[in-house]
Amino acid sequence: MTAPAELRRASEPAQPTADELAGQAAFDELIAADSRIEPRDWMPEAYRKTLIRQISQHAHSEIIGMQPESNWISRAPSLKRKAILMAKVQDEAGHGLYLYSAAQTLGIGREEMMRQLIEGRARYSSIFNYPTPTWADMGAIGWLVDGAAICNQVPLCRASYGPYGRAMVRICKEESFHQRQGFEILLELMQGTEAQREMAQDAVNRWYWPSLMMFGPPDDESPNSAQSMAWNIKRFSNDELRQRFVGMLVPQAEVLGVTLPDPELAWNEERQAYDMSEIDWTEFHEVLAGRGPANAERLRRRREAHEAGAWVREAAAEYARKQADRAAELAGAVA
Amino acid sequence: MTPAQDGALRPAQGTADVSVERLALAEELAGTGSASGPGDDARIAPPETAEYALRLGDDALVLAQRLGDWITRAPELEEDVALGNIALDLIGHARSLLHYAGTATGRSEDDLAYWRDEPEWRNAWLFEQPNGDFACTIARQLLASCYWFELYTALSASTDPTLAAVGAKAVKEVDYHRDHAAQWTLRLAGGTEESRRRMIQGVADVWPYLDELFEDDELVTRLAADGVAVLPSSLRAGAEAAIAQVFAEAELEPPAGRTAFTASGGGRQGKHTEQLGPLLAELQVLARQHPGASW
Repeated sequence: MTAPAELRRASEPAQPTADELAGQAAFDELIAADSRIEPRDWMPEAYRKTLIRQISQHAHSEIIGMQPESNWISRAPSLKRKAILMAKVQDEAGHGLYLYSAAQTLGIGREEMMRQLIEGRARYSSIFNYPTPTWADMGAIGWLVDGAAICNQVPLCRASYGPYGRAMVRICKEESFHQRQGFEILLELMQGTEAQREMAQDAVNRWYWPSLMMFGPPDDESPNSAQSMAWNIKRFSNDELRQRFVGMLVPQAEVLGVTLPDPELAWNEERQAYDMSEIDWTEFHEVLAGRGPANAERLRRRREAHEAGAWVREAAAEYARKQADRAAELAGAVA
Repeated sequence: MTPAQDGALRPAQGTADVSVERLALAEELAGTGSASGPGDDARIAPPETAEYALRLGDDALVLAQRLGDWITRAPELEEDVALGNIALDLIGHARSLLHYAGTATGRSEDDLAYWRDEPEWRNAWLFEQPNGDFACTIARQLLASCYWFELYTALSASTDPTLAAVGAKAVKEVDYHRDHAAQWTLRLAGGTEESRRRMIQGVADVWPYLDELFEDDELVTRLAADGVAVLPSSLRAGAEAAIAQVFAEAELEPPAGRTAFTASGGGRQGKHTEQLGPLLAELQVLARQHPGASW
């Protein structure tokens, strides 16, 4: 029995059309010239998919990342800290919104992305699956987590996809501010009482390794890196960025007076790089697989907010529809 | 920022190819601490003026604390941002007012926020009422922002320069808060059957607390005679007209019959509903675990 024509066609590699060939050539030229790809430009399907995955994961990370910090808004120990923390968490919601908008230019809806998130089908940065038991976590998150995010994200300001790169410029400016605030929280604690210093060191102990894991697996085990680098989405390898981050932390830790919890950490003159202990990737894979300490709680909160707010979103949509009907009626009456 | 810290952060910028402008959040907050706010920071509030500033500051801080709970729980991400923004404005007002109130007794804004017990709080009952659902929060926002708009408009002409400066800054912000509440009231009242039912319930829940905002007492009457304070009763007509205008467009009625009762009020004398205690416990817990610590 012969297969129907469509099936036969689907099973054979599709012959690119003339338009596709021209599109690919134009795309290759833009990439080679290190220029920007814009939403209306032709782009390979795999490039589009990679970007949707990366940008939506990034957006989800901003949104889920609000939770560990919002945990301390109500209990922030001074009004100044409360205002700064609130502004920071609000910035993160704003970052999520820019990024969802950037992803939308690639043809995916926000509602769909939100569904993927609350149904547990999308990833977000696993760092946010760690809990924030003390106030010092606000400092450690700012200093270490936002610091790692900046190292990762600054090169993304030059990502080949225009809307993503432009969103990242604004995000990076705010992240730098967040990192300074985190540093300042820790500095204040380290200059404070014995209990405050212990709180700060404990938080650094808990967040140091997870923040190093934020750069992803070692280069030889990072499956998507090579293609992303060829497409000018990614500019530096995971290990390069991790080195750069540690290099940034060491002098700052000295100023703070905190100890980075790695006895092997030392400058290697010969390699012109830091030697460090082996990262415990089993933990990374556990947390990445959704078995982090606060994973279920983070998703539950997001799902509950989304579901509890459904009637509000429906009301807004219904109101808009009624207003449009009324406007149409009025227009009809005039005509 | 200390020089040491500035230096310590420089390597971080070495990795960045975006430039970061120096941002000073403290300077955005009116009249706080060493920041250059409106009015003269060295001014010390006379005792009765301090008590008045405390009332207004407590109103703003208690509502900011309530609104902060919406962050990560709002119906839309845009509302996480909007309600967070409103809360942030209110913290700004509270900081300016509490800072000024504290000058009378040598206490800081944080001494007042973290180290007073419930009977020492002077906020009106409306502000300590729970968030309820989104409709209830919007109803509370509508009453609060219509009241505040009238109050801060009048306060910007206070003979007390610090209060006048706070009023002039705050009125621009609560104008947006009022618009936000009005826009949502229209959408919820004119949206679905469910949203309309919830909006009506939300209004009924907060309505009993409106009256207290317009009560005069001896202290405020004396201060108003000197042009320092605004007589609360003088704000009623303007605030109620603004609410009535939104209600008319939303086809809502002020509660009548059983739901139209007036809560007795007493916040200005330190009497509160059951809602304030747990709110303060959460607000103050960490600061009180570390007496004398700085943050």
